[in-house]
Amino acid sequence: MSKKVHVQTNINGEAVDFLCEPRNSLLEVLRDELDLTGAKEGCNNGNCGACNVVMDGRLVNSCCVLGVEADGCEITTIEGIGAAANLHPLQQKFLEHAALQCGICTPGFIVSAKALLDSNPNPSEDEVRYWLAGNLCRCTGYDKIVRAVLDARNGA
Amino acid sequence: MSQNGHKVIGTRPIRHDGVDKVTGRAIYGADIQLTGLLYGAIKRSPHPHARIKSIDTSRAEAHPGVRAVVTAHDLPQIADKLADLGEAIVNLRDASNNVLAYGKVLYKGHAVAGVAAVNLHVAQEAVELIDVEYEPLPHVTGVLEAMEDGAPILHEDMKTTSMGEETDKVSNIANHFQHKMGEPDDGFAEADVVVEREFTTQTVHQGYIETHNATALWNEEGQLTIWTSTQGAFSVRDQMSEILQMPISKVKIVPLEIGGGFGGKISVYLDPVAALLSKKTGHPVKMTMTRDEVFEGTGPTPGSYLKVKMGATNDGRLTAATAYMAYEAGAYPGSPVGAGAGCIFTPYDIPNVQIDGYDVCVNKPKTNAYRAPGATNAAFATETVVDEISEKLGVDPLEFRVKNGAKEGTRRADGPVHPVIGCIETTEAALNCEHYRSSLDKTANGKVRGRGVASGYWFNFNGGRSAISVSINPDGTINMLEGSTDIGGSRASIAMQLAETIGLEATDIKPYVVDTDSIGYTDVTGGSRTTFGTGYAAHATGQALIREMKERASKLWDVPADAIDFADGVFSYRDDAEKRGTFKELASQAGDAGGPVVAQVSTNPDGSGGGAFATHVVDVEVDRETGKVDILRYTAVQDAGTAIHPSYVEGQMQGGVVQGIGWGLNEEYIYNDAGSMTNASFLDYRMPTTLDLPMIETIIVEVPNESHPYGVRGVGEVPIVPPPAALANAIYDATGVRLRDLPMSPPRVQQALAENGG
Amino acid sequence: MHAFDYATPESVADAVVMLSDPGKNACVLAGGTDLIVQLRENRRRTDLVVDVKKIAELNALSCDAATGLTIGAAVPCYRIYGDGQIAAAYPGLMDAARLVGGTGIQGRASLGGNLCNASPAGDTIPPMIVLGGEAEIAGPDGTRKVAVEDFCTAPGRTVLADGEFLVSLHFPAPAPNSGAYYRRFIPRNEMDIAVVGVGASVVLSGDKSSFVSARIAVGAVAPTPLFVSAAGEALAGEPVSDETIQRAADIARDAARPISDMRGTAEYRKHLTSVLTRRVVQGAVQRAKE
Repeated sequence: MSKKVHVQTNINGEAVDFLCEPRNSLLEVLRDELDLTGAKEGCNNGNCGACNVVMDGRLVNSCCVLGVEADGCEITTIEGIGAAANLHPLQQKFLEHAALQCGICTPGFIVSAKALLDSNPNPSEDEVRYWLAGNLCRCTGYDKIVRAVLDARNGA
Repeated sequence: MSQNGHKVIGTRPIRHDGVDKVTGRAIYGADIQLTGLLYGAIKRSPHPHARIKSIDTSRAEAHPGVRAVVTAHDLPQIADKLADLGEAIVNLRDASNNVLAYGKVLYKGHAVAGVAAVNLHVAQEAVELIDVEYEPLPHVTGVLEAMEDGAPILHEDMKTTSMGEETDKVSNIANHFQHKMGEPDDGFAEADVVVEREFTTQTVHQGYIETHNATALWNEEGQLTIWTSTQGAFSVRDQMSEILQMPISKVKIVPLEIGGGFGGKISVYLDPVAALLSKKTGHPVKMTMTRDEVFEGTGPTPGSYLKVKMGATNDGRLTAATAYMAYEAGAYPGSPVGAGAGCIFTPYDIPNVQIDGYDVCVNKPKTNAYRAPGATNAAFATETVVDEISEKLGVDPLEFRVKNGAKEGTRRADGPVHPVIGCIETTEAALNCEHYRSSLDKTANGKVRGRGVASGYWFNFNGGRSAISVSINPDGTINMLEGSTDIGGSRASIAMQLAETIGLEATDIKPYVVDTDSIGYTDVTGGSRTTFGTGYAAHATGQALIREMKERASKLWDVPADAIDFADGVFSYRDDAEKRGTFKELASQAGDAGGPVVAQVSTNPDGSGGGAFATHVVDVEVDRETGKVDILRYTAVQDAGTAIHPSYVEGQMQGGVVQGIGWGLNEEYIYNDAGSMTNASFLDYRMPTTLDLPMIETIIVEVPNESHPYGVRGVGEVPIVPPPAALANAIYDATGVRLRDLPMSPPRVQQALAENGG
Repeated sequence: MHAFDYATPESVADAVVMLSDPGKNACVLAGGTDLIVQLRENRRRTDLVVDVKKIAELNALSCDAATGLTIGAAVPCYRIYGDGQIAAAYPGLMDAARLVGGTGIQGRASLGGNLCNASPAGDTIPPMIVLGGEAEIAGPDGTRKVAVEDFCTAPGRTVLADGEFLVSLHFPAPAPNSGAYYRRFIPRNEMDIAVVGVGASVVLSGDKSSFVSARIAVGAVAPTPLFVSAAGEALAGEPVSDETIQRAADIARDAARPISDMRGTAEYRKHLTSVLTRRVVQGAVQRAKE
């Protein structure tokens, strides 16, 4: 084991400190240290998008970020996007369109789609499909996910 | 108001567990945290076939932070015993040896030891410190090679069972069976057109995004609790009881949310190891698989070899069909070849049929169910032969299917006679759909285009065991406890059936999937049974509640219970219009007339799961130079019996289609000469992404299932069955070349086109 | 993953000191999308991860019509294609920057990292080669420059000596009437490793009827990304025609010496090299004409 490092970040609008070994990924820190289990581990090598979070305004695979790299960064996870009382329009549209089945990929899709709409409020279907190609879903065939994102465009 | 006079069924309410899942609050298997938690990891075989000469765990045990190491010697050695897990029958001795190898390893990735440590990294370091001495043995990974005399033998004590009798022959063929109906030779003699072709398919994985996980706590009193994501908590309980040889009353399974299964999360892998590690350490132990462990160490669905021969007369009648089906079982017997044989010719009414099936062990992971297990391999063969016959006869392939379609009373080659089914209705709906009637330009952008169709069948398991327990709150809402894992919206589809029965809204029902101590035995979510079987129980529960509420109303109103009617959600006394009330109105008073209102119902319906039929239409574009196939348009047509929540029926269809597209075009386990899978990652396994697909159009046909009060048929599995064949037929239409080997990946297509001048 | 230490130098000099420590097996972290996975999968071991993202030079991104384009080695892909001026001036580079991994990967992955990872199939390397890219390297003996086509020496190996690391990449300003293009072949449409990747840059005559010069590079068909100078030279002075382009494609195909693996057979890769080279040169010509 290596010496733990003190890391200061801002997660979902709140200052958060944690200790971690340099080898701990941001995903491990979020899930195992900070109880933010909305980010999921599907592949642990950047090929499924289930762990996606926004770091300093940019979408990243949190499995491919070291926890220590988060020092001084602002991070948004699925837990910071909306709660039952104030769902983000994307979350509402995912529900209305039945855009989830098992739901394990859903947080990653919503984080990714929000990053898309934040940078491009009115994407075409092709742009949505391109942006989300790094998010795997095995249940839905993507149809209802893409529809939900398209439907959230103006409401977002 | 929906169709058929239903108020709830056929509507599209937001699922009950939806908010938790879109906000990241839902707790999946790997999300659980417990006090004193240790983390586990598995040591796996690097060899596809080897004798274990010794396992030395001393270095691992001495590693700082390691708390325990276990091997097969920590498992009770159990005798042969068959157990029905819901989608497959397994030998529990094999199941135990698959969990931790005993004596031999039979595939690369076979688990040989487990470690528990203070964190995952330390556990993984310790895995490297376990020293296993192997004597490598020759291996075999191809099904036909494994059947040859002289092939490396996986199980020296396994004798082939043939036609129900055990023979003296030791071979990798665990079982050969035959279904025969009529006289195929006579049928082929009658035929004007006979087509016989050979096909191969490769091992493919279910590909759920959540990896396997299990967290175990074996407490001081010997009570074992497992938190896990599984398709069937009770099936896990049964397996744990058998593999660990402990009383079932000592095992409790707590099902957490599950991130996909498709048949692959029924067998246990980590659970017994986590339990042994917890027993040794006295701490809860969490184990999760990495993605490569999922590919190499769980149960994909088999590669196969098929030879199919079909004959038809010039007037377009099928007269005979035969099939030779050899499926890879993987390391232990039990491929879904039997299910495949039950499906292979089932969309058709053919008088003379013979099917020979072979279950063959190979040095690959023990195969498991995957969405209509066995049927997709089978349909790939049949549906492309049917396409070829239709072409030779000069008839539309869907009209040919309508003409020869199975219907009520048609007998399957493996015995059963169809009840009311929607085979022909589904095919006709495809024939008449806008997509099929639209025109398609055959060339564009320097590429060629084509259209293909295919049909498919899946049994849908008949009901099975389900239990539901409800309690009524004073506000008239209902807490509904069930044992069925909700893998894609079944909380909603079951709650909707209860709501319909008692005249409430879907949102008035609060469904909970609970642990094995809290509800009666419920079979797995598999075989497309849940909305049918547990929905059947929900209807029965509603009926019980209506009876109970009549009793309560009888006391409240002081009138005879048998003079109280229930209709349109209202209880009313026949002789006094003043004495009436909705379910909710009565619920607020019912507690005063006999205590809280509760009901418990369990069911195991006799009737059929209904049989599911699907017909698909696909347009493709083929780049002749690279062999790449792109999907332009896709329409799936399917008989759902009655669609409870149409959005989730569509979702099942779309998801199944896309898995079938992946299977058809790119997915496969690629083995090297050393018997090692070379593409055990999402990167190289190549499941479809958003960018590989168009929208998937759906047409729901509703031919109600007579065996269900609302006419439900299972919908989950059959949509994976037609796609590979539909794609092959579309590629043929585009290029003039028929592909008979899956996947139809770019190198294969390019090579086939080059060889055939297509 | 085995344990390691972590450091964040803020100057090139400090980084060189850390990377030169003979007692430590140190490695450089930029976007981490290759390194972290390799460490996790035990394909690589290290004692010290040196995160270079706090060094100003590594984050530089500047584009000048006279001097060309400079990209710090740690600049993530999204910053490159997100810069309208750069995207317009170097579309051939954007072709590759937009298809490295998914969107989440592009939030971290850099061209510098792609080059230092030295995969034969690294998507950004062929376009960097054909654009005349130059790598600036810092080390114990100061800085030096190496042409991108000379940077990779074997799968996973580069010209970087002990203590050296990549600081930035430099590309000359595009010539008039020039165009560049990169395309890879993959079985899916995203999220894949190139079975073959081809980059081409061309400079056309004033009337756009003939090639003044051309550079062609191919990925995934040799132990390193392959600069096929003969293929480009075969176009110089020749008319823009299907025939001349096909000749260049044939030269590229013949130069390819691929292996067979789970991503494609050698034979298939050679075939694709020809097909893609033709299409990519055509694409580059199209851009030069625009």
